[in-house]
Amino acid sequence: MVSASVATDVRAVCESVPDPEMPFVTVGDLGIVRDVILDDAGHVEVVVTPTYSGCPATAVIRDDIVAALRSHGHSDVTVRTAFAPAWTTDWITPAGREKLAANGIAPPAPRSGDARLVDVTIGVRCPNCGSPQTKLVSRFGATPCMAMYRCTECLEPFDQVKPH
Amino acid sequence: MTAKISAGNTDPMARPRFIYALRLGDDALILAQRLSEWASRAPEIEEDIALTNIALDLLGQARALLDYAGTLEGAGRDEDDLAYLRTEREFTNVHLVEQENGDFAHTIARQLFFSTYQLALYEELISSTDELLAGVAAKGVKEAAYHNDHATQWTIRLGDGTDESHRRMQAAIERLWPFTPELFESDDVDRALAAEGVGVDPSTLRSRWALSIAEVFSSATLEAPQTTWSSHGGRRGVHTEGFGYLLAEMQYLHRSYPDAKW
Repeated sequence: MVSASVATDVRAVCESVPDPEMPFVTVGDLGIVRDVILDDAGHVEVVVTPTYSGCPATAVIRDDIVAALRSHGHSDVTVRTAFAPAWTTDWITPAGREKLAANGIAPPAPRSGDARLVDVTIGVRCPNCGSPQTKLVSRFGATPCMAMYRCTECLEPFDQVKPH
Repeated sequence: MTAKISAGNTDPMARPRFIYALRLGDDALILAQRLSEWASRAPEIEEDIALTNIALDLLGQARALLDYAGTLEGAGRDEDDLAYLRTEREFTNVHLVEQENGDFAHTIARQLFFSTYQLALYEELISSTDELLAGVAAKGVKEAAYHNDHATQWTIRLGDGTDESHRRMQAAIERLWPFTPELFESDDVDRALAAEGVGVDPSTLRSRWALSIAEVFSSATLEAPQTTWSSHGGRRGVHTEGFGYLLAEMQYLHRSYPDAKW
């Protein structure tokens, strides 16, 4: 029988892995780690879900999770990718949202829950000066999960994790 | 390379499922390849990023589908073997996705036609009894909705824009219109899998597609094309002239340096 504290520790190790493209947030903050299963033989199975189908960070995250578990003494690890249920920005934790904002990235607004609708985000606040006077520059950004905005008050450009 | 595909998997339903996963994967892969040709060439930096982001989403869908197709086939081929080592006649994508980028209006018209179809398809495929197909659809439907919104907004902006942008957008939809009926063609594979709850019969998506496209044309002040001929054969491996050039570029590196690693 695997003790609950060991299982909790293993999960904590997985969730503490930094995101390769936004290293100030962890994969736990982003809600990418869906399940961590530890069996009696010491085998660890980690289930992750990609943010977007083609996100190039997914392969790096997989390797980083394996490396992190290995450095904590778990060498028998498999990481499985699950597409369903599909990742949503609603799974980003409150701590993750705070870290995004503190690093100049506007966190996503809540989703409508209807996959067919592209959510219209009202009042994306500038993460630098807090002004709601911002303008969408591009619906696509530097990574698959971001859109580009500009603050019309402090004039700084910034990224937003787009509601997904 | 021979065109013969060995049947290593003995489950009788694995074969149609393999063909089906390959078709959906090929559509996504080839459109991703076309869109990525815009990298560093789009009319503005934001669109350069947009088109390549859309390509990346489609490539991700293609990888999952081709990887699954390889598993179903059971002949030891992985996603790379299927993408890089098949010949032209072995690709089963529709003609629409292989059409050249043309000017920006042509790329947007192709995006509008395909994303409207793919959105309708994935909405249905979410309910598939096949866990992998349902998962790809659940993830892809959100991406397709975003791609569709992007194409719709550009179609309206260009169609209801200046005389020149209207003329070009109208020319683009007329040029690509004959490639749209093929999206809704169904054969025994589609019908068998639809009856089993695994796949979607594409012919059932046509009316929804037509309605959505008509709405966009109306907002964009575009006239529905009156062309009567249509292009067919992609699902059987018969392709249009530009496809060979696309494959040559896509496969060159892998064929010249097999198993090359970054």
